[in-house]
Amino acid sequence: MRPSAARLLNILVPVKRAVDYAVKIRVNPQQTGIDLNVKHSMNPFDEIAVEEAVRLRERLKDAVQSIKAVTIGPPKAAETLRTALAMGADSAIHVELPDSAPAPEPLGVAKALRALVLKQSAEEKVDLVILGKQAIDDDAGQTGQMLAGLLGWGQATFASKVDVDPSTNEAVVMREIDGGSEEIRCRLPLVVTTDLRLNEPRYASLPNIMKAKKKPLQKLTPADLGVDFTPLFETLKVTEPPTRVGGGKVANVDELVAKLKEAGFTAV
Amino acid sequence: MSRLIRRGLRWRRPYSSVAASDIDHFKTILPPHAILSTLSPSTLPVSELDPYNNDWMGKYRGRATTVLKPKTTQQVSDIVRWCASRDIAIVPQGGNTGLVGGSVPLKDELIVSLASMNTVRSFDPVSGILVADAGCVLQSLTDYVAPHNHIMPIDLGAKGSCHIGGNVATNAGGLRLLRYGSLHGSVLGLEVVLPDGTILDQLTSLRKDNTGYDLKQLFIGAEGTLGIITGVSILTPPSPQASNNVILALPHFDNVQPLYRTVKRQLSEILSAFEFIDRTAYDLAVKHGQGRGLSEEDVAGAACFVLVETSGGRREHDEEKLTDLLTNLLEADTPLINTGVLSQNPAQFSSLWALREGVTEAVSKEGKAYKYDISIPLASFKTVVDTTREQLRSKGLLGEHAVKHVLGYGHVGDGNLHLNIVAAAYTQEIQDALEPFVYELVASYRGSVSAEHGIGAMKTHALHYSKNDVSIEWMKKIKALFDPRGIMNPGKVLE
Repeated sequence: MRPSAARLLNILVPVKRAVDYAVKIRVNPQQTGIDLNVKHSMNPFDEIAVEEAVRLRERLKDAVQSIKAVTIGPPKAAETLRTALAMGADSAIHVELPDSAPAPEPLGVAKALRALVLKQSAEEKVDLVILGKQAIDDDAGQTGQMLAGLLGWGQATFASKVDVDPSTNEAVVMREIDGGSEEIRCRLPLVVTTDLRLNEPRYASLPNIMKAKKKPLQKLTPADLGVDFTPLFETLKVTEPPTRVGGGKVANVDELVAKLKEAGFTAV
Repeated sequence: MSRLIRRGLRWRRPYSSVAASDIDHFKTILPPHAILSTLSPSTLPVSELDPYNNDWMGKYRGRATTVLKPKTTQQVSDIVRWCASRDIAIVPQGGNTGLVGGSVPLKDELIVSLASMNTVRSFDPVSGILVADAGCVLQSLTDYVAPHNHIMPIDLGAKGSCHIGGNVATNAGGLRLLRYGSLHGSVLGLEVVLPDGTILDQLTSLRKDNTGYDLKQLFIGAEGTLGIITGVSILTPPSPQASNNVILALPHFDNVQPLYRTVKRQLSEILSAFEFIDRTAYDLAVKHGQGRGLSEEDVAGAACFVLVETSGGRREHDEEKLTDLLTNLLEADTPLINTGVLSQNPAQFSSLWALREGVTEAVSKEGKAYKYDISIPLASFKTVVDTTREQLRSKGLLGEHAVKHVLGYGHVGDGNLHLNIVAAAYTQEIQDALEPFVYELVASYRGSVSAEHGIGAMKTHALHYSKNDVSIEWMKKIKALFDPRGIMNPGKVLE
């Protein structure tokens, strides 16, 4: 057993580069996916996760030893890590995939994160993984839960408030549930997934953006982690919802009744 | 008494009121639904005309009995010809979003609303030239050209309701002026119904046309006093592929000018906005939730803020330029800025803009505002705000009981300062302390008493602070030449 004295926390924050929520989504002509040649930014729920990690450090001061951001994605995903570093993460890991690679699925991501947590623990044990409850591109909402399962850790999902007490090695988390909230106490190590109300992420200030450029960013390949992102399922077809058909104007009630009859409506 | 005399002068000609017989004639020009009249035998309640009679601020109220909504230029022409023969005064009306009471009647003039003339006539995606009816809403034109990768050269807060015809008639400025210039440049042609009903067709789509006097320029900014604009040909620029913005916190105002020069030089063609907000304006915007503020440590010691926007063709290129600029600014031996924030995604981009655009709304939530939209040299922005504050202090009017804040914000790139005085209530005392004080102050810098809002009915008496006697005399001659009967938007621009 670990001594119960206050210990230093190491936080891992997985983040995803996703199509920005303000972008109008367009399906590609082949109907195999959407047009990805648009503005991307950090998945908003992950941004909340980074903010929460930085706030934990502001509250717990030196008790938070490290905040490490990690992403899995194409070369451009490194920008997302720079944003996390500018917000206050100390270092970053980029598991780089080629531009041509298909988007990884939640199980693949969870396995990669587990491999990373185990790899990291050789140096400094990871105590807390904070990540978004879902990514706004695939809306799967599975990664956090799968990761906790694979690691055999506790999980506190849909968090709207997180309090960590390093001296007792415990966290008290407020969760968003149907019609209210639920407060739970968990032991570390722990996986937390963030909900919208947890916090409002800060702006990246210019001095911090400049500092972020000098923070360490380590690159890894899937092979380094011994994982493989081959998709388990196949996307058959992506289509846009049918466009709304506009209504028409009628001059009087008789015409309205005639139109209704024409459309097959009859009086009861 | 002087007010009565002025009124008397303004109404030196007796105009005819719209009569039931006129309505009968209009019925030969327009279908019944295009005529809104409260005159007997119609039973239309007077309140139905409120949106046409009142300006959106609720400051000006007309008493028009009749609103006509023509759909074609020929109909406008027929209406005006009839009015000219009957000496009926006309107020041309677009989206009625003006700030100086230029688009509502002063008495019971006939309102000609262009709202039904809302068809795009043509768009050439190669040249970007758009020809549209005057009644097209600015936002709908923006949406129309967007799929062709073009944008409108103007953008302003009222874009969801203002009409392109009204924009041109008032020479509206707005947020894109720094980048795309004024409407005097981007409007290529106009179709105007003159005060005798003649249709002046200058709806050309030529970038270059040096063939004699450029008549269309007279109607841009004439606020409907020389004729009714019915069609507009306008050059739309290609839409930028990438936009970024940053808010910079400055230790004192003196740094704004050198900062503007540095930013212009380093960003060059991608610079699309350079907006100024003083500390009072910033604090009010944050207080009234107009956009998420910067952190405490970022705003500490900031006297004012500058919002810089870039728009360009390639994101990587723009970001590199912007990063270089910001690095230079931060690492300079004597930095011009304390710090700043750079938006990381479109949500933050909007949030930073809201801090600037939300000042107007924040001011109206804080109290009753006296607003002066003035053009003065950039270097004098702070002096003008401070001098005005001192003037109010010397009159004992500064404090919670009278004037709560004196603040300044605006478009540095255009030399346009919005000087706002926020008071607990509108009072004659404050009014007298401000006018003609502010106008004289502006005149001492050879500035303009109306940079982008126009003259309308509100500032006709102040026109002489920015235009000398010779200029006003020739403006009057031009007005008399086009509109000898004086039926077109009387009482606006010129007294």
